[in-house]
Amino acid sequence: MKAFAHLLERLAFTGARNAKLRLLRHYLQSTPDPDRGWALAALTGDLKLRAVTPRLLRGLMAERIDEQLFALSYDFVGDLAETIALLWQGDGGDDVPLSDAVALLQDTGRAGLPAAIAAMLDRLGPSERLAFLKLATGNMRVGLSARMARIALAEMGTPDVADIEEIWHGLTPPYAPLFDWIEGGERPAQAALAPFRPVMLSTPVDLDQLQGFDPADYVAEWKWDGIRVQAVNDGGVRKLYSRTGEDVSGAFPDVIEALNFDGAVDGELLVRRGDDIAPFGDLQQRLNRKTVTKAMLESHPAGLRVYDLLVWQGRDMRPLPHSERRAVLQAVDFGSDRIDVSPLLAYATWDDLAALRADPPSPVIEGVMLKRSDSAYVGGRPRGPWFKWKRDPMIVDAVMLYAQRGHGKRSGFYSDFTFGLWDGDQLVPVGKAYFGFTDEELRELDRFVRNNTTERFGPVRSVVPRLVLEVAFEGLNESARHKSGLAMRFPRISRIRWDKPASEADLLETLRAMLP
Amino acid sequence: MRADQILHPTEAGLYCPPGDFFIDPVRPVPRALITHGHGDHARSGHGSVLATRQTLEIMAIRYGEDFTRTRQVAEGQIRVGDVTVSFHPAGHILGSAQIRVRPDKGPTIVVSGDYCRAPNPVCAPYEPVPCDVFVTEATFGLPVFRHPDPLSEMARLTASMAEFPERPHLIGAYALGKAQRVISLARQAGIDGPIAIHGALQRLCDYHVEQGIELGELIPATAADVPAQLVIAPPSAFASPWVQRFRDPVIGFASGWMSVRARARQRGVELPLIVSDHVDWPQVTRTVRELAPSELWITHGNEDGLMRWCELEGIPARPLRLVGYEDESE
Repeated sequence: MKAFAHLLERLAFTGARNAKLRLLRHYLQSTPDPDRGWALAALTGDLKLRAVTPRLLRGLMAERIDEQLFALSYDFVGDLAETIALLWQGDGGDDVPLSDAVALLQDTGRAGLPAAIAAMLDRLGPSERLAFLKLATGNMRVGLSARMARIALAEMGTPDVADIEEIWHGLTPPYAPLFDWIEGGERPAQAALAPFRPVMLSTPVDLDQLQGFDPADYVAEWKWDGIRVQAVNDGGVRKLYSRTGEDVSGAFPDVIEALNFDGAVDGELLVRRGDDIAPFGDLQQRLNRKTVTKAMLESHPAGLRVYDLLVWQGRDMRPLPHSERRAVLQAVDFGSDRIDVSPLLAYATWDDLAALRADPPSPVIEGVMLKRSDSAYVGGRPRGPWFKWKRDPMIVDAVMLYAQRGHGKRSGFYSDFTFGLWDGDQLVPVGKAYFGFTDEELRELDRFVRNNTTERFGPVRSVVPRLVLEVAFEGLNESARHKSGLAMRFPRISRIRWDKPASEADLLETLRAMLP
Repeated sequence: MRADQILHPTEAGLYCPPGDFFIDPVRPVPRALITHGHGDHARSGHGSVLATRQTLEIMAIRYGEDFTRTRQVAEGQIRVGDVTVSFHPAGHILGSAQIRVRPDKGPTIVVSGDYCRAPNPVCAPYEPVPCDVFVTEATFGLPVFRHPDPLSEMARLTASMAEFPERPHLIGAYALGKAQRVISLARQAGIDGPIAIHGALQRLCDYHVEQGIELGELIPATAADVPAQLVIAPPSAFASPWVQRFRDPVIGFASGWMSVRARARQRGVELPLIVSDHVDWPQVTRTVRELAPSELWITHGNEDGLMRWCELEGIPARPLRLVGYEDESE
C-alpha cells in the first residue's frame, strides 16, 4: 500500500505523459502480484468495489473529532477523503498489502463496513490513508487513461500495445496471467467473446506526396467527422469499442441493438437524422455517458457507417486484400436504417480527388481517406497502405489575452495562450492553444508575455491585447461551457502575426459563421 | 500591571508601553525588538534594533549595514525602560528567538515569534520558557497539519532523482532558513555531490557556513549548463526566465503547506515536499499544554482552529489579529 500510495501521489502531480508512464511502469515492475494487478485495475477503472459513501466517512469522523474543528479543517482542505486522511490519528507503521484493502472493500457487509474501514485506517500512514479512501470512494482522478496503462504494460516486455489491447477485454483483475505473459510466459487464451481487435490507422498525406503514387492502386472514401469505432457481434455478445479499445457500448444502446450480424466491423459512429449527418458536437453529447436517456436517444440518434470487415461469419477477413473485403462488405444487407456502407468515390486522377475534397457534399466531411486495394488489415499505423487527406484547417486571426506557464519541458515558459475575437469593442475569449509554434517562437512569445503583462493570477498573466495569433483548428462546436458559445477542436497557433494590428483581428461573428 | 498594559497590538505591531518598544514592527519605529530575520518580522529603518547577534548580522546582509541607526546584541537579561527582556532560542531559523518580557510587578509574557520543535540542523532547538502569557503563532493551527519526519520527505526526493536521473530537480525553498535546512537535510539523506543554488541564496548560504553549519559543496546555478541534479532556488525564481536553462525539470517546493494537495496544485509543483519551520498542530498544542500559561495570545495564521481547541481545553485565549505577517513565507 505504501508503494501504491506513493504512485498515486506522484501521478496526481505529474502532468507529462512520459513521466506518468515511467512512474507506472516502475511501480508495476517492482510490485508483486496480486497487488500490482489490483492497482492497475483501480487506475483503469476496472475495479468494482463497494462504494463507501461520504455519509459513512463523516460518521466515522463525528465519533473522533470536534465538529467545529472538523468543519474548519474540511473548509481548508476542500476534499473529504483528504481531510480525513490528514486528521486520522495513527502512525501507519504497517505496509498493508493493497490486496487486503481490496478484499475488505469487496467482502465486508454493510453493517461491518464502518468498523472495518476504521480498523484499516488505524494501520495506515497519512498518504496510504488517502489512497485507501480514494479507492473506497471510487475516485482516483490521477489523469491516467486505460490506454496509457496498456502502453506502460507494453513497455515492460515483448507484447506490443496492440497485442495487449486484443486480449484486454477478456482479462479480469488482478491480471496474473497478463503479467506472466509480459514477463516472458505464455500468452493468455482469448477468454472473452466479442474481443476488441487492434485498429488499422492511416497517416497524413498531401497532394505533393500523392504524386509519387498511382491513383489506380487506391480507392477513396469520405472521411467523416464522427468517431472511429469497432462494432462486434460474436455469438450474440455485442460490443462497441472506441479505436483505443474502450468499451463504449453503454452510451449507444441504439447502435448495439442494430448489430444484427455475426462479425466485427470497422466504421464511423455518427449522429444521423434520416439522411442528414449531424455535426460532431451532437455526437459529443452522447459520449462519455454510462447510460443514456430516452429523450437523448430520440433527439440524437446514433448510427454506423461501415467501411471495413475484420471478421465476417466466423472468418478472419484481415489477411485478405482490401478489395476482397470491400467486395464482401458491399454485398451485405445490414437490415437496419442505422447502418450503411461508406460509399467509394469515383476519380481517375489525384486532381479529380482534390476537386472532390475541395467541395464535399456535407459539412461533416473532414477530408478523404485513401486505401490501397491490395492492403491487408493490419493493426497499428503502418506507413503507406492507408492515407488520410484532410481538408485544410479553418483559420481565424485572434488576439492573445492570457498566458499560462507550462510544465515539464516548458517549465518557466509562458506557453498556454488564451485568445479572443472582437465582439463589438470587446475581445471575447474563444479558445486556448499550447502548440503549433517552434521552440524559437516559444521564446519570443514568452518574452512578449513578460514585457506586456497587465495582471498576474498565480501562474496566469493577462497581457496587453495587441498580439495577433493566427489560430488553425479542425472543427467548431456550439458550447454552453464557453463564454463565446463556441468551442474549437484541436486549436493550434499556425502563425504569429507580429505585423498585424489587434484591431484587424477577426470578429466573433466570423467564427460563428464557420459552424457546420 | 495587567498583561495588556505590558503588551498590546497596534497597527505597527506589538507595543510595550512600559519599555517603549515594539516587537517585530511592520513599519519603522524608534525602538524595535526583533525575533528573527524573515522579511515580514525584520524590517529596515528602525531607530534602534535589539536582536540576537545572528539576527542582526542577517539583517545587515539583507538590508545593508545601515538597516538601523543603532543596534544591540541580545545577551542575558536586558533592562529596557521599566521591563526586563531576554531572548531564548525558537528553533525556527538561524538566530531566531522568543522574547520574554518581565515587568517588575505583573505577568511574564513570552512572545514566541515563529517557532518550531522539530529537529533542525541549522539552528538551536526551541527552549520552553515558563510564562504567564504565551504569545504563539498559528500558521498551521488546524489539526490537519501534522508534518512528517523531514528525512522521509527527503527519501521522496532521492527516490524521484533516481527515477528521473536525466531530469534536474529544482526545489523551491525560501532563501533564509528553509533553503539551508533543505540542503542540510539533503546531505543527511545521502546526497553527496554538488548542490546548485540560485544566486539569491549565495550570501545567506555563505553566512550559514561561516556560522559553522555544514552545507557541503555548493555551486552557483547561474551557468547555461548547471552540472548538478539538485538545484535549490527561491520559489519566485520559477516564474522567471532563469528556470528556462533547465531541460525538463522536476519542480518541487519545500513547505509545510505541501501537505494539502490543493495548495501544492496552486503552486504547480510536481514534487511537493512537506518541510516546515513552524510548529504543526501536535507541536503547538503540546507546547501550550507544557507551558500551561494562564492566557494564550494568538498572533497570526489559522487562529480559528487553535481558538476552538483552547475553548475545548478550557484555556483562556484571544486572537491579536496582527496584520502584515505572511503565512505564505513558509
